[in-house]
Amino acid sequence: MSDKMKKLTVTRYNPETDSAPRTQTYEVPYDDDTVVLDALNHIKDQQDGTLTYRWSCRMGVCGSCGMNVNGVPKLTCATFLRDFEGDITVEPLANFPIMRDLVVNMSDFMEKLKRVKPWLIPKEEKSIDEGEYLQTPRQLEAYRQFSMCINCMLCYAACPVYGKHQDFLGPAAIALGHRYNEDSRDGARAERNKIIGSGEGVWECTFVGECSEVCPKHVDPAAAIQREKLANVLDKIKSFILPRGSSR
Amino acid sequence: MSLTDPVVHDIVLVGGGGAGIRAAIAAVEADPKLTVAMVSKVYPMRSHTVSAEGGAAGVVKTENDSFDLHAFDTIKGSDFISDQDAVEAFVKEAPRELLQLEHWGCPWSRDPDGRVATRTFGGMSTPRTLFAADKTGFHMLHALFQTSLKYDRIVRYDEQFVTSLIVHDGAVRGVTAIDLHSGKLLPIYGRAVIICTGGAGKVFPFTTNASIKTGDGMAMAYRAGVPLKDMEFVQYHPTGLPGTGILITEASRAEGGYLFNKEGDRFLSNYVPTKMELGPRDLLSRAIIEEMEAGRAFEGKHGQYVHLDLTHLGEKKINERLPFVRELATKYVGIDPVKQPIPIRPVVHYCMGGIDTDINGATPLRGLYAAGEVACVSINGANRLGSNSLTECLVFGAWAGKHAAQYVRQGGSDSSPAPESIARDEWARIERTYLQDHKNGERIATIRHEMQDAMEKGCGVYRNGETIQAARDKLLTLRERYGRISIDDRNRVFNTDLTAAIELDFMLDIALAMAEGALRRTESRGAHQRRDHKGRNDQQFLTHTIAHRTEDGPRLEYRPATITRWQPEERKY
Ligand SMILES: Cc1cc2nc3c(=O)[nH]c(=O)nc-3n(C[C@H](O)[C@H](O)[C@H](O)COP(=O)(O)OP(=O)(O)OC[C@H]3O[C@@H](n4cnc5c(N)ncnc54)[C@H](O)[C@@H]3O)c2cc1C
Ligand code: SF4
Ligand code: FES
Repeated sequence: MSDKMKKLTVTRYNPETDSAPRTQTYEVPYDDDTVVLDALNHIKDQQDGTLTYRWSCRMGVCGSCGMNVNGVPKLTCATFLRDFEGDITVEPLANFPIMRDLVVNMSDFMEKLKRVKPWLIPKEEKSIDEGEYLQTPRQLEAYRQFSMCINCMLCYAACPVYGKHQDFLGPAAIALGHRYNEDSRDGARAERNKIIGSGEGVWECTFVGECSEVCPKHVDPAAAIQREKLANVLDKIKSFILPRGSSR
Repeated sequence: MSLTDPVVHDIVLVGGGGAGIRAAIAAVEADPKLTVAMVSKVYPMRSHTVSAEGGAAGVVKTENDSFDLHAFDTIKGSDFISDQDAVEAFVKEAPRELLQLEHWGCPWSRDPDGRVATRTFGGMSTPRTLFAADKTGFHMLHALFQTSLKYDRIVRYDEQFVTSLIVHDGAVRGVTAIDLHSGKLLPIYGRAVIICTGGAGKVFPFTTNASIKTGDGMAMAYRAGVPLKDMEFVQYHPTGLPGTGILITEASRAEGGYLFNKEGDRFLSNYVPTKMELGPRDLLSRAIIEEMEAGRAFEGKHGQYVHLDLTHLGEKKINERLPFVRELATKYVGIDPVKQPIPIRPVVHYCMGGIDTDINGATPLRGLYAAGEVACVSINGANRLGSNSLTECLVFGAWAGKHAAQYVRQGGSDSSPAPESIARDEWARIERTYLQDHKNGERIATIRHEMQDAMEKGCGVYRNGETIQAARDKLLTLRERYGRISIDDRNRVFNTDLTAAIELDFMLDIALAMAEGALRRTESRGAHQRRDHKGRNDQQFLTHTIAHRTEDGPRLEYRPATITRWQPEERKY
């Protein structure tokens, strides 16, 4: 590593001793290959073992290492120090309760994922012995993008609606529901839409589009939300024009 | 008091990766009443299965393939010390499991007719590897995790770090886990325990493995008296990015990529002429090291490397089949594989060895099962074929889950909890071992780096008696120095300084078992290549190494590998 140095101002919060989050500044050596996560690891290994954050894969796929870097939600293992002019601030992902330092509480997010029933509910049951459900490359393409979510929660940190209304299902959960709705093998859109089309679902979204801006995997949750809104409107119209039994 | 009230389930499962989740689902499906505690130190979808890129093998398409062919490829790949009965059982179950994943929504890549697509993989004689672009593990893990959410009887204990197995009266009764959110120790009791904690690549400095792959489950079982098998066999993947060790998947060669040295030669023609880029990993890694030693590799700031060239595949194919490779190379080494060759070098990737289990995932300790990379059945022998291990997680995960459920139904390990003192003693051990404030104590990072360095020098692609001995001696002094560590963090909530110290403690045990196995295996086989003992010695070493933990270091025994229909032959490609 070269002897170039960078200052990192990091949020510190220890629930056992601090009444509110504070900051602490560290200086780390870096070169062109150093990512923000490397800098945090350098601090933890060499300077201050109490600094606390999540990480695992260091290749942008496990979704653990999301933090706000200079105010923008980022995967810190894919964010290079070389891309920043001056000092850097590293904060926990916005909109989530802080558990300690850069670690946020993600229980609410996990609960929301489950609520959209993110599993295949087949249109028609088929046994394993009958082989795979056929799906053409084009049918796969219809939902592929929405299956790329790594649950990093950057979109929640960027979403102003989630910031105000914690009951909003939020971008990733809706995108995941949409992923199964668009899967040619699945037949449970109506069931899922009881949640996705509810007050806490798509209708809370005011289409700010920040979620898709920050998404590191190009999932485009904003598009998923728009499409689910449209599908919901069409469902409502259909149910409106269907013949109804008259009351006697 | 730093203990919480114990919880009780029928099965306690440690690990939420591919093997773990598959085992959990199998267990709850086997018995409609049973509950499984799925305990994981990270949220399940963060498990390192997520990083697997290339694919998962199985004879789903029978047109040009057969079980025998898959079995033989695997056995030859293993350099003839896989157990042939286990391999046969594995290849027969593989297609079912891959189709099960399809039924659970895994977005396998497709042929135009809508059937699942297959690609060729290193050492496989025909295209039998299913894939989901080049994010196979990611899609498999998320499909499994999302499917697991259906089952209320899979009770998750996320971000709970297991520190030990609770063993009483000769049977396993549960585990102790540090709840990261509260910092307290939680005893989790069960009538059976399944370990699916993955591999241990982090004992080496330069690896495709995540920070969490520290061999915890292997070490915990080892400490509980369960032997480790074949630990000397560590696979180097030929194509990692210099510096970070990030994997460039074998699928990039399956899709037609070439390896070049700095003289512009496709040098593999001198090593594996019939298979070229699709030779098995051990041979390719060695070929690259030979090129480096002969001065035919490039020199870069992270040492020597050779080129993996995909430019001739064209942008369309790369985007369609290898989008993640493009993303990783562009981001981490600033090279767009559409336009330029990617610098690569061999990097530690996979542990063939692990907890000694039988075909059902059962270990010699009553009530304890293991599956996935943590276990050694063994189908991988001295060298695993790429794309067999994701399938291994599914097949043996499901079997371990099913057999643990059966064991529980038949009574299981006694449900009366083991004496409370066991958990209390474990907390006392944690305080004594890791939380002591030694004046001028050593930083754990220092010891970790020295361990990794010793392993690379002593137990790398090529080994010899002297270097292994040096690594082993170094590990012994590091073990001694470990007694004087001092960590900075003495808080409770989310103490990752403490968990890193425990992981290092585990890794020191694992590293020593690897080095000891390597030292005593005086032959060259698969991933274990000794310059002072060239060539295979079938007379003496058609065997598994079985390591038992003792206070004086590993005690080794040898057990014959099971040979049924395929006699060992020279391994040429
Ligand atoms: C980069 C890469 C690419 C790969 N590509 C392929 C491929 O294309 N095809 C293929 O077949 N194989 C591939 N492999 C190998 C394969 O992915 C792994 O062997 C397999 O995914 C391991 O799965 P597992 O379930 O055994 O463990 P993991 O997925 O590693 O899961 C381990 C689990 O155990 C938990 N755990 C560990 N320790 C503790 C503890 N102390 N307390 C609580 N929980 C704990 C973790 O939290 C995690 O949930 C690849 C491997 C790597 C690294
Ligand atoms: S949609 Fe994108 S930003 Fe949101 S959790 Fe998924 S990957 Fe992350
Ligand atoms: S560490 Fe896995 S995404 Fe950053």
